[in-house]
Order: sequence, then structure tokens, then C-alpha cells
Amino acid sequence: MFSMPKKDAITFALFAIVVLSMPIWLSPFGASYPGLLQKFAIYALLAVGYNILFGLTGYLSFGHAAFLGVGSYAAVWSFKLLSMNPILAIAFAMVFSGIFALAIGYVSLRRSGIYFSILTLAFAQMSYKLAYSVLSPITHGENGLQLTLQDPRVIDLMFMERGVSLPTSSLFGIPMNGYEGFYFCAVILLIGFFIAQKITSSPFGMMLKGIKSNEDRMNYTGFNTKPYMLTAFVISGIYAGIAGGLLSVTDPLAGAERMQWTASGELVLMTILGGVGTLIGPVIGAWIIKYFENIFSAWNESILHNVFAFLPDNVEGIVVLISSKFVGEGWHLTLGLMFVLVVVFLPGGIMEGVRRIASWFSRRKDPTKDQEVTDPENMPKPSSKKGE
Amino acid sequence: MVETSHNTVLHVADVHKTFGGLHALADVDLAFEEGTTHAIIGPNGAGKSTLLNVIVGKLAPSRGTVVLDGEVLTGKAPHEINQMGVARVFQTPEIFPELSIFDNVMAPAFAKRDGAFKMNMFMSMENEKDIAREAEEIIVDFGLDAMIHTHAGALSRGHKRRLELAMCLIQKPRILLLDEPTAGMSRHDTNTTIELLKKIKSTGMTKVIIEHDMHVVFSLADKVSVLAQGRIISEGAPDEVRADPKVQVAYLGEAEE
Amino acid sequence: MDAVILQVLNGLDKGGAYALIALGLTLVFGTLGVVNFAHGALFMIGAFCAVTFRKILTLEQVVLSETELSPWGTPLEIRTPFAQQWFGDFGNVLIDYSVPLSILLAIPVMLLIGIVMERGLIKHFYKRPHAEQILVTFGLAIVLQEIVKAFFGANPNPQPIPQVFLGAADLGAMVGMAEHVITYPKWRLVYLFFSLGVVAAVFAFLRFTTFGMVVRAGMSDRETVSMLGINIDKRFTIMFGIAAIVAGVAGVMYTPILPPDYTLGMDFLVLTFIVVVVGGMGSLPGAVLAGFTLGVVQSLASMTQVKDIIPGIDQIIIYLVAVVILLVRPRGLLGKRGVMEN
Repeated sequence: MFSMPKKDAITFALFAIVVLSMPIWLSPFGASYPGLLQKFAIYALLAVGYNILFGLTGYLSFGHAAFLGVGSYAAVWSFKLLSMNPILAIAFAMVFSGIFALAIGYVSLRRSGIYFSILTLAFAQMSYKLAYSVLSPITHGENGLQLTLQDPRVIDLMFMERGVSLPTSSLFGIPMNGYEGFYFCAVILLIGFFIAQKITSSPFGMMLKGIKSNEDRMNYTGFNTKPYMLTAFVISGIYAGIAGGLLSVTDPLAGAERMQWTASGELVLMTILGGVGTLIGPVIGAWIIKYFENIFSAWNESILHNVFAFLPDNVEGIVVLISSKFVGEGWHLTLGLMFVLVVVFLPGGIMEGVRRIASWFSRRKDPTKDQEVTDPENMPKPSSKKGE
Repeated sequence: MVETSHNTVLHVADVHKTFGGLHALADVDLAFEEGTTHAIIGPNGAGKSTLLNVIVGKLAPSRGTVVLDGEVLTGKAPHEINQMGVARVFQTPEIFPELSIFDNVMAPAFAKRDGAFKMNMFMSMENEKDIAREAEEIIVDFGLDAMIHTHAGALSRGHKRRLELAMCLIQKPRILLLDEPTAGMSRHDTNTTIELLKKIKSTGMTKVIIEHDMHVVFSLADKVSVLAQGRIISEGAPDEVRADPKVQVAYLGEAEE
Repeated sequence: MDAVILQVLNGLDKGGAYALIALGLTLVFGTLGVVNFAHGALFMIGAFCAVTFRKILTLEQVVLSETELSPWGTPLEIRTPFAQQWFGDFGNVLIDYSVPLSILLAIPVMLLIGIVMERGLIKHFYKRPHAEQILVTFGLAIVLQEIVKAFFGANPNPQPIPQVFLGAADLGAMVGMAEHVITYPKWRLVYLFFSLGVVAAVFAFLRFTTFGMVVRAGMSDRETVSMLGINIDKRFTIMFGIAAIVAGVAGVMYTPILPPDYTLGMDFLVLTFIVVVVGGMGSLPGAVLAGFTLGVVQSLASMTQVKDIIPGIDQIIIYLVAVVILLVRPRGLLGKRGVMEN
């Protein structure tokens, strides 16, 4: 179960080094503070899980935000009722998001194509609306679900006295809100990445790719595609649930806005931007979006004036005026433009861009070799001769 | 060439299929005998592809049943029918364009070994040595080994057909359905395919071929059924069918249109 | 019973908006084969045409009064809209009717936006997978709504109803029932008839003009039509423009009912997609029927009597209906065979 091909093992090792050293190499970018690092790890996990569904099977779900939300709520309830232990909270998030994904997936997967997308969207919107209205006793509606001093916390209180201030989540005494929290998320991201790698290179993963490539053929080849799809859907739902749980672990507050369909849209964008169907792509997509969201949305006109100070005054004024529409509050405009540009010019995302550049270089070096491989991860031996 | 000692493997029993008011198939009753190559010919729109669609479970017949070895196929899903030993080559090759040729052949082999669904998500493809060897052998047999790791979508049409045939044959089906396996091929490719199919013939597999090309039909078939306007109008050994005046009328009728 | 009638009426105007947006969405899907997630944004832009038009009309000249003082002791500012200055009382009428008059602005603007959108972006996505169409138009929708936000801010912009249509009409009394039982805001009645009118106009256009006939033929068999030597692409571009106009004017007239803000499009888009799917992808009558039906169903579900039995049903009823319809009748109410089966 833990054996893997050498190439995958190297990828995993490199990925682990990159993730665990993030606090170091991100500091020149001004992004190495715990809050943002935690988000990097959490959203990368979310995107990796989403890719198992969308990347491998091609089924576009617009409802994954619902699982993120369910995971968040489940984790906070675990804090409130049982213990501030994050592992328990994550287990809770997994169970509930898994059940939720099973139910929604079972119904939604009776249709394919755009109907599937709309069914998932409908379910996510239902969850979102219900979280705001009828389910308020569970979700605390607009206020969001938070810890209180009166929470039962049955398990914790067996071992310690009730404190005077709100407790923080802690793993056997290690608090989860600083760098320790980041490392907790990072370890879970690594586990999630490892499992995604295993799935991708397994026969099961190949069947999922077969479904994306030609679902009818899969049926005539003797596969029952429904359970394959449902398994993939539930797995990616659980990933989203864990991500939601981690959001609560690092900050024990869950709100319904996490379930809104724009949140699903952002997730789709992360996956597309990085590269659908690749393992690393969605992670890169998630990092880029969370990084720029953080940087750009904090910018304002005075920062822009500093940035463009080298320009002549009147030019500077115009440049600042225009660019100010893209930062701060206008960050979503940048996001939308990125979305359009990526889909139009680079449907394979950043990973495809990297490949194009790589093949351009190798072609210049060796014009006889034509690298037409579009997805090396799908291939046991990527050095291929071009077909006729 | 008249075979009498064989048992019927697949029986299309009194099948009707109507689309709206149109009778695509009417009173079609066909018995396919073990180990034979049975060709179904007929003018365009005669219902040949509809017949195959009914057999593989893509379409439900309006009336009648399809029986394989005493088991009713009608009402079963396509994957169940495949698992019972029916494989099909389509008129336009149905392959996995984004997967390598190797994976294209591996997938059906897995279906044969593991059944319709298996949660083998923690197995590594690299450890599936037996199936890989089998797949490599059949790819070599079909002369596709030079491009084993090419995306199947990049293949020529002729190669795609050959790949699809390999995908069906690795499953060692009881019944192989071929929908115009040489359509759009050059004479040379057609002859290669005929040779390939003759080679399979020795394995004792039952084959049903839908074909326009009489050269192919007479080279391969043990028995020919003629379908016109949804009905079987003639049946027998190739030479008998060729001489049947009804068949000539059916084909001439098509030429007039 | 009266309450039910009232709720049905209340649902009809919202249903009218759904129907108009869904109609455009279906036209685009049927003719161009494109799943347009930016269609809701067109509705929103239409609404902001009304906001802009009113802003222009009410541009004021500010004169400092020489004699009068304001309560703060500064010279009183006398504000007169230019429209009033130039046209006198007629100017005031213009301002009063700013919402319906905005349609005159909305039509050319929406046509232009529609054509630019189709030629500039959507055109390149005809042959791409539906998933990519969804993604690119989703991105476009975000861009459009953020642009509107940059210009108009995030707050809702309430628009007034023309004086004549203020207040409610006592529909019950008109048909001989007791007075003050079934009263219905006049403007909502206007909206209902307006939407019916637009629907009728679109259907008449498709039915009785050569242009419409070609488009309908193209919807059922694009290849044959283009083989006849008819430049179907050009007509489809115009069709996209028309769909944009329909969404736009629907947005204009809806502004007094719901003050528009930049998220208006997204809110309506999700619902309208549900409407289209319930009606049957590619079926124009289906879109209209489902639009009105869902509007009414939603309205009925928000009755307190219903909410008492099933709490929260008003929030999710539309999605619930969609799920049931998709599972029971995958092609929707009036959907045709073979449209988006895969």
C-alpha cells in the first residue's frame, strides 16, 4: 500500500520539501505568516481533492463548497460538544461530509454533463439557504457558529477545569493557531497528496480517466461507471470536508458563506488555473489565488502611488486610477479576468504552460524530437514517439 | 460450409423495435451458432446497427428478447452484458482518445479480471504485471507496439479500429460484434483486417459482422442474413444468399433511391 | 383561497422575470449551443441602464440663491435638473417615467454588448466542451459585475415607480369580489403584462419573420441550413444580441420591484438556470412555462401556512423542484429528445 513508483516517490519528496519549508521560502514574498500559510495548505488540499473528481472524471461539480461548509460546522460542533482536539474534529468533518457527499452524489450522478453540474449547484444552494434559515439552531445562521464559554466539551472537561476564557484548539497541548497549526495542516495536505497520487496511478484512477475520456466505451467494456463515479465524488467530498474542518481548527468559527456557490466557483478556478487533471497544478492554482487574494485585496491607492512613483506625475495618476480598480475591493475583477484569460488561452492551466515552454526548449535543442505528450502523469513512460 | 452440429449461443428472439411510428426492426429472429462467423448485410437504414444496439443493451427492444446461452440479456445494462461475454467494435471507433494505447488495452483486461467495479485505488498500475504482459502481447499481435505510449486519439482511423478490436479481443469474449470493421479502409488495410479476423476465427469465438463490403463478407462469413427494412429477408450460406432474387431486389431497390 | 390567489399573483411578476431571462438563455443555447453563465449579468446590466438613465436625467444645475438662506445660514442651493430646465414640465414627466423610458437606452446598449460579447468571446467557444463554456462565461459574469460595482458601488440603487402606477389595484373588486381582498401593486401588474408582451413579441418574431424562420431552422438543424447558403452565423450573432436585449429590458423594468445591486445577476442566474433545466434545455415554450410556474411555486411556498408545515421550504423549493424534475423527467417539462443528452 505504501509502495509507489520511483517517479511518484520523487514527486512526493519534492512536494513535501516545498510544503514544509514554506515558512522559509515564502518570507521574501511577505507571505510567511501563519494565517496565510494555513490557508495555503488548506486550499491546496481542497483543490487536490476536487481534482480527483473534476480532473480525473471530467464531472464539473459546482457544489463542493457545501462539503467545505459541512466539514467546518462538524469540526466546530466537535469542539463544542467533545473536545478541542483537532484530530477528533477532522474525523467528525470526514464522517459528516462523507455522508453528505454520498447522499448528494447518489442523486446528482444519475445525470451527467451540464445536468450534473446544475444538480450539484442546486444542492449546494439548498444547503446554503437552509444553513441561513431553518438550520440556524445548528449553524447559528448569519452570526456563524462559534465557541462559547458554556459549551459542554464533555471529553476535555473530564481532564481539566473549565477555563475563564475561550479555549483554542490544541493537539495534546500544541496550540493550532500559529506555525504549529500550519504544520498540522501541512501534514494533512501531504497525506492527502499522497493518497491522491496513489489513486491517480492505480487501476481505479485509470478507470476514472477512462470515464472522462469515453464513458460509453467504459460501459461497453464491462465497467459499471456509477460506483466508480460515486466513489470519486465521495472521496473528493471528504477532502473538501477535511479542508473545511481545518479551517475551523485554525480558526474555530464557521459561517454559511463558505457554502455559497461563488466559493465553489473559486475552487473550480484554482483547479483550472493550475491545470486540470494534474496533481501539482491544482495546488499551484490554490496558492496563486490565495496569495494574490491576500496581497491584492490589501492594496489601496496609497500603496499604488508608492509602486508607480517612478512614473511622471500625470501618468502616475492615470495608472493608479486604472490599477486601483483591480486591487483591494476590486480584487474579484482581477480574479474574473484571470478566469477568462486562462480558459481562453491556456485551458490546460499553468502546468500546460510549463509543458509548452519545456517542449519549446527541448525542440530547440533537438529538432527531431517532438514532444506531443500533453500529460506525462497519465503515462507510464512519458518519452513517446509521436503517432502518425 | 453448412454447420449443423453447432449449438446456438446467442438468440435474438422475435425482436421488434419501433421509433415513433417507424419499424426499425420487425420480427427479427436470428440464431448465432457457436464458433461461426455470421454476417448481417443489408442496404442502408435496414436496421443493422439498431440490431447491434439492442444486443448490447444500448436500446431496449419494443418487443422480444435477446438470449445468451439461456440467459436473457434484454433489460440488462451494457456493462452487465459485456461481463457476460459480449464485446462490440463500433462503426466509428470507440476508444479512449486521451489514454495511451497501452491503457486502452489494459482497461478491458481489468474489466475481464476484476468485474464491473473494484475499489483497487491503492494498487499501483506498475504491479499489475500479468495484465500488462497480456496487453503488450496483444498490442504486438496487432502491430501497434511501435506507438504503445501514444495517445490513442492521435492514431489514424485504421489504427483506431485495430486498437478497438484489440480492446475487445483481450477480453476473450464469447461473442464479438463487429459493426462494419472495414468501413472507410483502403483495400490494403481491409485485407490486413480480414487476415486478422481469420486468425481470430481459429480461436472458436463467435462473431457477428455487419458489413457492406461483399468482399469481406464472402471472405469471412459462414452464414449470411440479409436485413431489409427491419426484416430478415434471406438467410443461408453466402453462395445461397448471393443467388437469392429477393436479395438482389433489396439492393437494387436501394440503388434506385 | 384569497390568500392563494394573492400569492399566485405575487409569483407571476417574479415568474415573468424568470421567464424573460430563461427565454434569452434558451435562445442562446438553442441557436449557438452555448451554455451562457453570463446571461444573468446581462439582466443586471439592463437594470443599471435604468439607473444610469435616471442619473443622466436628474443631473442638476446648482445655483446659489442670493436671497434665501439654508437652515445652516449658508446661501440656499437651488437644484434644478437640466431636464426640467430645458423641457419644463415635460422634463419632469421624463424624470417621472425614467424607468420605462430607460428601455430606449437599454435596447441599443444591450444589443451592442451582446454582439461584442458574442463576436469577441463566445464565438470561440462553440466547439469547446460545455464545461469550458460554463467556465469562461462564469469568469465573464464576474468581470461584468465587478465593473458595475466599480462604477456604481455595492449599494442597491432604488428606482421610483412612475406616479401613475403607484399604489395598488384592487383586482378583486374589478372581478366582482369583495373590496380590498385582492389588491395588487400596479407596477407588478405592469411588469406581468410587460413580460407577457415581450414573450409574445419574441415568439411572433421567430414565427412570422423570415429571419425567425431561418433561426428556428438553424436551431433544429444547423448544418442543413448553412448548406442552403444562408449565413447562419451572422443571424445567430444577432440572435445573441436579441437575447441580451430581452434580458436587459427585463432588468430595466424590474428595478422598481427590486433595487438593483451588482450581485443581482448572479442571484437570478442560478435560479434561471434551474428554470431552463426544468423547462427543458432548448425549449422556448418550456422556458416560459417553467419561469412562470416556478415563480408561482416559490410564491406559494412562502405562505406562512405552508412554512408552518415545512419550515424553510420557501428557501429551497425551486431547487427541490429542479432535483425532482431532473430525476423524474430528465428532459424537463417540454424538452426535446436528443438535446444535451450527454
